Amino acid sequence: MNASIRQQIIISGVGGQGVLFVTRLLAEAAMDRGIPVFTSETHGMAQRGGTVLSHLKVGDFSSPLIRPGRADGLLVLKEENLSQHRVFLKSTGWTVVNTASPGPDSDIDNSVDADRFALEMSNPKAVNLIMLGRAVSRVNRFFCTLNDIETVLSRRLAHRTEMLDASLKALRMGHTAP
Amino acid sequence: MLGNEALARGLLENGCAMATSYPGTPASEILSSVVLFQQANRYPMHAQWAVNEKVAFEIAYAGCMTGLRTAVSMKQVGLNVASDPFMSAAYMGTKGGFILISADDPGPHSSQTEQDSRMMAMMAKIPVLDPDSPRQAKEMTGLAYALSEAFCIPVMIRPTTRICHSRQDVPLGEMRLLNTIPEFQKDPARWAATPKFRFQLHGELEEKLAGISSWKATAPVRLNSKAKGSKALVVSGVAAAHSREILQDLNLWDRLPLYQVLQPYPLHTDFIHHLLEAYDEILVLEETTGVIEMQLADRHRVFGKMNEKVPRVGELLPEVIEAIVAQFTGGQSAPVEKPAAAGRRPTLCAGCPHRASFFAIKKAAPKGIYTSDIGCYTLGLNLGAVDTVLCMGAAISQAAGFYHAYKNQEKGPPIVATMGDSTFFHAGVPALIDAVVQNVGFVLVILDNRTTAMTGGQPTPATGLGAAGEPLNTVDIESLVKGCGIRYCKTADPYDLQGFTALMKEAVAYSKEKGPAVVISRHACLLDRRQKEDQADRKTVQVSESCDGCAYCITQFECPALVHEEAAEKVRVDRMICSGCGACLQVCPKGAIEEVLR
Repeated sequence: MNASIRQQIIISGVGGQGVLFVTRLLAEAAMDRGIPVFTSETHGMAQRGGTVLSHLKVGDFSSPLIRPGRADGLLVLKEENLSQHRVFLKSTGWTVVNTASPGPDSDIDNSVDADRFALEMSNPKAVNLIMLGRAVSRVNRFFCTLNDIETVLSRRLAHRTEMLDASLKALRMGHTAP
Repeated sequence: MLGNEALARGLLENGCAMATSYPGTPASEILSSVVLFQQANRYPMHAQWAVNEKVAFEIAYAGCMTGLRTAVSMKQVGLNVASDPFMSAAYMGTKGGFILISADDPGPHSSQTEQDSRMMAMMAKIPVLDPDSPRQAKEMTGLAYALSEAFCIPVMIRPTTRICHSRQDVPLGEMRLLNTIPEFQKDPARWAATPKFRFQLHGELEEKLAGISSWKATAPVRLNSKAKGSKALVVSGVAAAHSREILQDLNLWDRLPLYQVLQPYPLHTDFIHHLLEAYDEILVLEETTGVIEMQLADRHRVFGKMNEKVPRVGELLPEVIEAIVAQFTGGQSAPVEKPAAAGRRPTLCAGCPHRASFFAIKKAAPKGIYTSDIGCYTLGLNLGAVDTVLCMGAAISQAAGFYHAYKNQEKGPPIVATMGDSTFFHAGVPALIDAVVQNVGFVLVILDNRTTAMTGGQPTPATGLGAAGEPLNTVDIESLVKGCGIRYCKTADPYDLQGFTALMKEAVAYSKEKGPAVVISRHACLLDRRQKEDQADRKTVQVSESCDGCAYCITQFECPALVHEEAAEKVRVDRMICSGCGACLQVCPKGAIEEVLR
């Protein structure tokens, strides 16, 4: 089954939102499933509040970058990036967007007001995990499950119980939030 | 595993006994990963951040002179700083294996230039390897040590940002030290060669290069042996990774012979002959300069950067490669769609102490010339408090240049240079000594956030910690400044905006009358977890009803947590990003930014 999986996902946000962390969690989830994985990240000056873009390629690939028009999905942590990064998406691709005011073609599965829910949880840094929880639990045929991400988080944060609890809570919030 | 982690792992699996570096994107994580692997496995070696790339190079190079395997890593512009020992080391050669990792940044994503380190290898006359992935980067460390020891020559590995900052599943091997006994054999004719002997060493270097250009282990690889045709594609680095995927997508895998070059310089002699004999047309895809291309001396049949078939500037993105390959093979490809917007510009973090420093500098010297330097504080551009950024340490020497240019004018502008603590240690000290000797009337503000912030918080010589967090000696910035001969040196916390502005005014006045003045603006970086306890209590800030939406705070202070609601003609505080530093309480001329007391 794993041999046939090929998914290309763009994760887009701004510096400080935790785009790299989400990318890493997804990469580890892929490795746990025995699927080859490639990611490409933005570091350095752009991380200081600038646009941050991660490429995630799960399956048999040799290039770390996704070409325009080839991405299966777009996970957008900052709504303003949507117009800039939509170019990567193929015509049948999915988007999950962090937005307070969903557009006419959005539905409950592909938009969530993660900023508001993060503030309600008094955890402004949780936006990335809320968005990840949403994408993993609501996108059809996503290469991994909410449970896989929980396993990765539990392993990474094994010695930081408080942070782990907050992270798992944010992840599930993304799954259940209206 | 990140490409930089893979490189680090490769060094330790191949017996590296000493690793040095100075941080710089995209190379920074190489040394920090060496340290993590070293600690986790109790691998006995020396790993350190050096004060700059030149010093890092010389330490690791001397290590290899004792027979140990050593390595030094840096970003491409770091190699400019280390180019002096680098050029000379090529002549003198090595004893233990010596690897120089110089990470390039086509794009550029986080650099001043897109320079191609392979050109530096060519200039120094040493071999360079060009990995296509984290996995291959790790394999190339073993190959590089073998090559270095076979020919007694420094070997460069040249990854690019897309290798350093890609993550891939990488098979691990065992970490093992090969040789731990240093043995320096005196040989002054070599290690301290005079020009006469240098001539001889240069001759030997040419002989080594001839041998290396026929060394089997680094020879180019034919990736699709079944493909036949009169055209061929030659690739290296990440362009090789993109091309493999693209040839399959375009159904060209069985039709277009594809060669991957592992060692772009010196290019294997047999390979050059084979290509020119077997094919009518040859397309070369490489980043960033045409290094392979210029070694294929047939301008009519070789297509690349020189005849503008391949862009000379910027990253070779896969969509660009797809279009070039499609055109080369007579096919069609969809036009490349470019993203419309430029994206959000980077900015200093909310609560960054540099922002307060810049605000005060503008207040104290509103018509000044502001020279600045390489680091997060380059982003003082956004506040209009940075006029020049050249290279590491240049803020001081450029300030001197402006001073000398204007000094015969009746009323020269005040000159304020800004430079981070790590940059001051790296390259600021010689420039400051020069400014003292020439009595340059300027103010140097050392933005001392107690760390090397831009690259991820590596220690500076003032931190007193090593790469693994071990306690080390410290060099105190004040003493250093005074030791350079500076008479006016004062330290203050920029979060006290009023006090700091008054100090800046005093320093500017001093510099106009008496000569160079130094202000050390000291407040720990908010991102530095080691210094959390040094941070003041968080304040809750709000914008009162008296805000008239003049946006003074937005244009002059430029904190991302202050948001201009143009429709409402108000500014509001974005609580998602406000750090609670409270510096903005002193910014609004109408006093509309106020603290919420609990």
